[in-house]
Amino acid sequence: MRQILEIIAREGPVPAEELATRLGMSVADAQRYIEEAQEQGILLRYSALVNWEKSDIERVYAFIAVQASPEHGTGFDQLASYISRFDEVHSLYLMSGTSDLMVVVQGEDFREVARFVAEKLAPSPGVVNTATSFVLKTYKTEGEIVVEEPGNHRLAVTP
Amino acid sequence: MKSDQRFVAQQLHCVPPSGIREFFELVVGRDDVISLGVGEPDFPTPWKICDAAVEALRQGRTSYTSNYGLLELREAIAQDIWSRYGVEYNPAAQILVTVGVSEAMDLVMRAVLKPGDQVIVPEPCYVSYQPCVIFAGGEPVTVATREPDQFKLQPEAVRAAITERTRAILISYPNNPTGAIMTREELAEIAAIAAEHDLLVISDEIYAHLTYDGAHTCFASLPEMRERTVLLNGFSKAYAMTGWRVGYACGPEAIIEAMMRMHSYTALCASIVGQVGAIEALYNCEEEMKRMVAEYDQRRRVFVRGLNEIGLCCVEPQGAFYAFPSIEHTGLTSKEFAKALLFEEGVAAVPGDAFGESGRGYLRCTYATSLEQLKEALARMEHFLDKLTTG
Repeated sequence: MRQILEIIAREGPVPAEELATRLGMSVADAQRYIEEAQEQGILLRYSALVNWEKSDIERVYAFIAVQASPEHGTGFDQLASYISRFDEVHSLYLMSGTSDLMVVVQGEDFREVARFVAEKLAPSPGVVNTATSFVLKTYKTEGEIVVEEPGNHRLAVTP
Repeated sequence: MKSDQRFVAQQLHCVPPSGIREFFELVVGRDDVISLGVGEPDFPTPWKICDAAVEALRQGRTSYTSNYGLLELREAIAQDIWSRYGVEYNPAAQILVTVGVSEAMDLVMRAVLKPGDQVIVPEPCYVSYQPCVIFAGGEPVTVATREPDQFKLQPEAVRAAITERTRAILISYPNNPTGAIMTREELAEIAAIAAEHDLLVISDEIYAHLTYDGAHTCFASLPEMRERTVLLNGFSKAYAMTGWRVGYACGPEAIIEAMMRMHSYTALCASIVGQVGAIEALYNCEEEMKRMVAEYDQRRRVFVRGLNEIGLCCVEPQGAFYAFPSIEHTGLTSKEFAKALLFEEGVAAVPGDAFGESGRGYLRCTYATSLEQLKEALARMEHFLDKLTTG
């Protein structure tokens, strides 16, 4: 059910009782839907959205456009599966357009990311070339605007 | 020293300051308060609307508009009403863009009432209706709606209130403050009375889009009602545009023309920036609007269940964003309850009798605030009620 997924995608785990109340359904139905979503791999896991730039923890991200030569029968799947297994890889997408794969790499500093690209990613079998772009500042991520929230300007009591 | 009061016209004494205003003063300057006292969305205006307005300013669209409002906006309104309700209005002569429904309400009363004319006003209701009737020289005749009837207007009560001076019936569903709606069948009974006595119906449908368990019925869509209905609506609630001040009136050409004449002398036109924003709202923000409505619906269910669980019984509101629980069993008046709840627990809600005599013993709580805040408010209200019962 679309509404349940939209709620937990934004808010994280919400008790089935509350989902049931909010959406006007039975607790059993809400419970069953979440279990099914987990079993079917629709709900992968719950996670929090952290603004690392505001913390004192160093973390850099780079978007790396990869051109690669596809294989007969499997296309880019094998290469993608190989690249996915590196811990440094935060996300990986098959792309339309001029590059074939987009690899989002995460590291503690620029050097760590650069080393991963030079030593692991670029030499991977099938990779033809890479173009690395480092993230300098995050403005919005996962639908969340990463700036100070404007205050509430509503008056406290209005008609 | 003589009081400044001598400069204020006599007739203003018939119109007390709004009970909401009085309550507002108590809350000012406190930042620990969870407010359930607000009559507006907690969402900001959808960004597309803001962007369209800013772009219009950049392009130098800063002039007056037609007294009727931008034709493009009137066309969009006509199209919107046609597609939602199948009611046809001519954008050239049957639609007037106003400074919110508030101005439209004032205009329609002054356009149709002569001194002494009566308007039937169901209560509890929004605070401006009776003052607008009085400003126009008319006489509001209130008809109470009651909780056992789910605060729906009862046809026999309307019949009983009709005199030979009755000129119009004002209806306002979904209702502020009760959250009540009326179905097509229920409205048809009011329509029959209006036809029988040749009355005008003024229908404030500002909460039309905020209807949760069924489609909204536009009063003008009832058979033969378009000719005797002035339909009022606007952008404040559905599109979270309260501060933009854009509303509209649709109705018979002669009435709209009369309203436009007064509007042209007193307001000239609604702000062009707001009108441009309203066009964007109608053409491009259906999704944003639906998302907000879905969110209100979830909050409504959580909040109403919570109120009933802590013993503040409340009929399920089916529209707008208000719950209207009874507090009568506590032995406190609405005002005492609201004040004590504010001072002791930091939760602001509006005493029900601010919306008329029949709101006595109730409390208006807005659920247009975050789920987190609503849950905290419920916890504080429960604590407050516990203290009351244990003395």
